[in-house]
This record gives sequence, structure tokens and C-alpha cells, in this order.
Amino acid sequence: MQYAILCYHDENVVCAWSKEHDDAVMAKLAVVQEKAARQGKLGPVARLLPTTAATTLRKDREPPVIIDGPFAETKEHLLGFYIYDAENLEEALAFARELAEVNPGGSYEIRPVGLFKDGKQAP
Amino acid sequence: MTDTRWINAVLTSARPRVVAALLRHFRDLDKAEEACQEACLRALRLWPTQGPPRDAAAWLIMVGRNAAIDATRRQRRLTALPDEDTISDLSDNESATVERLDAADYRDDILRLLFVCCHPELPATQQIALALRIVSGLSVPQIARAFLVTEAAMEQRITRAKRRIGGANVPFEAPGAVERSERIAAVAGVLYLLFNEGYTSDVAEQGARAVLCEEAIRLARLLLHLFPVEPEIQALLALMLLQHARADARFDDDGNSVLLPNQDRSQWNGKLIGEGLALVDKAFRHRRPGPYQIQAAIAALHSRATRAEDTDWAQIALLYGALEQMQPSPVVTLNRAVAVSKADGPAAALAMIEPLAGQLDGYFYFHGARGAFLLELERAGEAKVAFDRAIALANTPAEAAHIRLQLDRLAGSSGGVGKRKEPAKNS
Repeated sequence: MQYAILCYHDENVVCAWSKEHDDAVMAKLAVVQEKAARQGKLGPVARLLPTTAATTLRKDREPPVIIDGPFAETKEHLLGFYIYDAENLEEALAFARELAEVNPGGSYEIRPVGLFKDGKQAP
Repeated sequence: MTDTRWINAVLTSARPRVVAALLRHFRDLDKAEEACQEACLRALRLWPTQGPPRDAAAWLIMVGRNAAIDATRRQRRLTALPDEDTISDLSDNESATVERLDAADYRDDILRLLFVCCHPELPATQQIALALRIVSGLSVPQIARAFLVTEAAMEQRITRAKRRIGGANVPFEAPGAVERSERIAAVAGVLYLLFNEGYTSDVAEQGARAVLCEEAIRLARLLLHLFPVEPEIQALLALMLLQHARADARFDDDGNSVLLPNQDRSQWNGKLIGEGLALVDKAFRHRRPGPYQIQAAIAALHSRATRAEDTDWAQIALLYGALEQMQPSPVVTLNRAVAVSKADGPAAALAMIEPLAGQLDGYFYFHGARGAFLLELERAGEAKVAFDRAIALANTPAEAAHIRLQLDRLAGSSGGVGKRKEPAKNS
């Protein structure tokens, strides 16, 4: 069984970390990740950029609307995610709209990825 | 070693909201600052053993408020302080406070605090120093180091600024829409000044001054959290991120500045660029262009070019043209001319800047750019005059070194290459 592990924290606090502190945390995490990767158990790892860089496509209405900021409703739940390599925000939104057409209801939050490791072990 | 860095990060991130709420409560900047200080001290004492409260900001506001009230009482009739276990157990009070601190309320509180520190009546250097002291919570020695002045001088500058805004009347009611957008614009302007204060620093000062760029980015992020759909604030943050992303590539090992076309782009910070580009895209979706958006779009075009020669100079020249319309200034025209020289050649660019000679005669970049255009047009004699003028106006050794390189190239093409010694650096 594959498990997704979703990371939650107070963004304002993490943004207030000094670079040294941030680097130290990332280095410690890398050690744990490498161990799992050696066992062939680790899939992709992503660190998202701050929510201020997010855009949300609300597809619970017709036509869907695009709003600035992260997804903020609490009565809906995270059910899945895509990683899409886009030239710019417009292209990412176009893909999200395509998905929305065949699957209305709920929202898509479009958030740039800051760090991505595909989880494949270095040879 | 017990790790208390997490507490510092929590205190730093909570600080603007805490000081802002205490300022509304006490209506006195000094009292608010002291109360916040006291609350932070208690947090440092209690949190390592008790763990952090659910809502750190609410905890600090309550403790700060109570501590100040206790202090007043103590002065009056020496009442005993409640012991710390009672103060730290705030769960009931906490939720009540959180309710009172509804989003709109604390948004205007923080904006008011930022605006007080960025008050238009204060000179720019005082605005920046005050914002760093009060909102960011940097210590006076830290700020003094960043500004390359003595601690005593900085202490005096901050005291003066506080005295001055003590007299300025900042209303405590929630601002109207027009007033709110004026405050946002004033704060944004000071944040960009703060950023530039750090960005224009010379390499030897970089360590001490990088903190200015980082704080400007953090405060811009805070402002954007408060006003998430303001395209100019999105763009301001983007502009800072895109420029700061080049920090590691801007100076070589000898401390000479490396100009944009010569920078090693693999040293640019991809994470900051990614965030900046996303914000520029977001801002432009609003179709309400403004000066920060234009400047961020220009920075984005540089960031998107994998090699210097891939830069879309024609588009950059158009954007500078738009900026010139919004904020006419000879410096903007000069920048447009530099873009035009890349897109259409030096002759057109030189024609654009000749009329600026009067206004920009004391400006290093004007003579540097003019020399470069003349050099490209193979008017070596005039180029040398322009470069000599530029070198006399250089603000930093790195700027002078850059012009000297051009002069050496000129001299090289006509014979002897004179490598001069770096001038002694003023402390």
C-alpha cells in the first residue's frame, strides 16, 4: 500500500526560520528520506512554495472562478493531487480547467512547487 | 543542546500581530513594545518546559497586556504578581481573544502598526530603522550594523523617530477604503526602500546588510497575507524575490560586482525565482497594471532567460516605456535606453539619453551607460571622457572596478593595458 504523507505547519513560522535553521531541517529530513529511498520505498517528495503564491480554481459553480490565495474551506477535504510541469500560471490553470470540465465540484488549488525529488534512487 | 530556535521563529512570526494588538490596546508605541518584550521573555522561560500554546500570538497578547497592567498596579500599590502557572494557563481567555481578533480587525491593526513606522512625516532612514526595531524586532546593535553606524547613533535615530510619531496623530478607528489603500501604498514604498538599502550594498557589507533584504521580503509577505488580492503587493513581493534570487551571483570572489549579463545563472536561487514568477503571473491576471507590476515583469524576463543572450530586450524596452508613462523619471528613461541599445542598437539609445545630460550629470550610471553606448559606436575619445566622469562618481569600489575594466579595454585597444590598484576601502 502506498501512503501519501501530507505536511502541515504554520507557514508564517516556517518563513521566519533563518536560512541556517531551514537548511539544517532539510538536511535532517534528507537523511530519513535517503534511508527510505535505499529500501526502494520512497516515491516523489515535494516542498510547496508559500500559500501567497497560490491560486484557487473553484469548480463548485458554473463557470468556475479563479481566486487569489490558497484553498481555505474546511468542509472539503484533500482527496488527491497532480504535479504538472507548466511554463507559467496560465498553462497550469488551463490544465486545471480541463480537469474541472470532466470533474466539477470542489476546488483545485494551484501552487508552485519549490523542491521536487522524484524518489528514484541515485545509481 | 536544547533547541530553542523554534521558539525564536514562533516569536518572530507572531511579533507584528502582537505589537499591533498591544498598540491598539495601549495606544502608545513604547508601552506596546515593552509589553511585547515582557511577553516574549516569559515565553522563553515557560515554553521550553510547557510547550508552545495553541495560538502563540493570542498567548503573547494576553500575557503582554496583563504584564503591563500588573506593572502599573505594582507601581501604584505593590500588589503581588500572579504566579506564572496562572498566567500561562490562558485557554479560556485565549479563545475569547482569538474571537475578538477577527481577521479584519487584526489586518487593520498590523497595517496601522506598519503605517505608524512608515509614517510619511518621518525621513526614510528613520522609517526603515523604526520598522526594523518595532515590527521585525531586530536589536539596535543589529540594525546599527546593517546601516554601518554606531549603536549610539542608531539608538538616537530610533528615539527621535518615536518622539516624532508620538506627535503625529494616527487615528485608531478602522480606516476607510481610500485611507487603507493609501496606507498600503506608503508601507509598500518603505518596504521597497528597505529592500534596496540591503540590495545596493557592497560585497564587504553583504553579510550585515543581507538581513535588510530578508526582512523586507518577510514584511512584504506579511502585507500580502493581509491583502492577498492586491496585485501591486503581489508584484512588490515578486520583485524582491526575483532580485534577491541573484544575490549569490552578484559579486565575484574578489568582491567585484558582476553585472547581470555576466552572472553565472546556475547560482540564481530557483526556489525564489519560482515563487516570484508565480506571483507576477497572479498579479497580471488582475489587469490593473501598476509600477511594481511593470518592474516585476522586467525582473521576470531576466529570470526567464537561461542565457543572457536569450533576454527579451524588446519586451523589456516596452515595459520601461510603460513605466515611464506611469512614473516619468530620467532614471527610468535611462533604463529604457539600455534596453533599447540591446534591442535596436546603441545609436537609438544614445539619442534617447542625450537630453538627460543636465538632470543626470551627477549620476554614476548615466555616464557609465553613455560611455558603453559610445564605446559600441567606436567613439573611443568621447567614451573615455564619459567613463572618467563615471569613475569619479562611483559609489562603491565595485562600481569603480567595473568602469576601470571598460577603461582598460579602451586602453587595450590603443596599446598599453593599465591595471590599477583597488582604492583603499573606507570603513
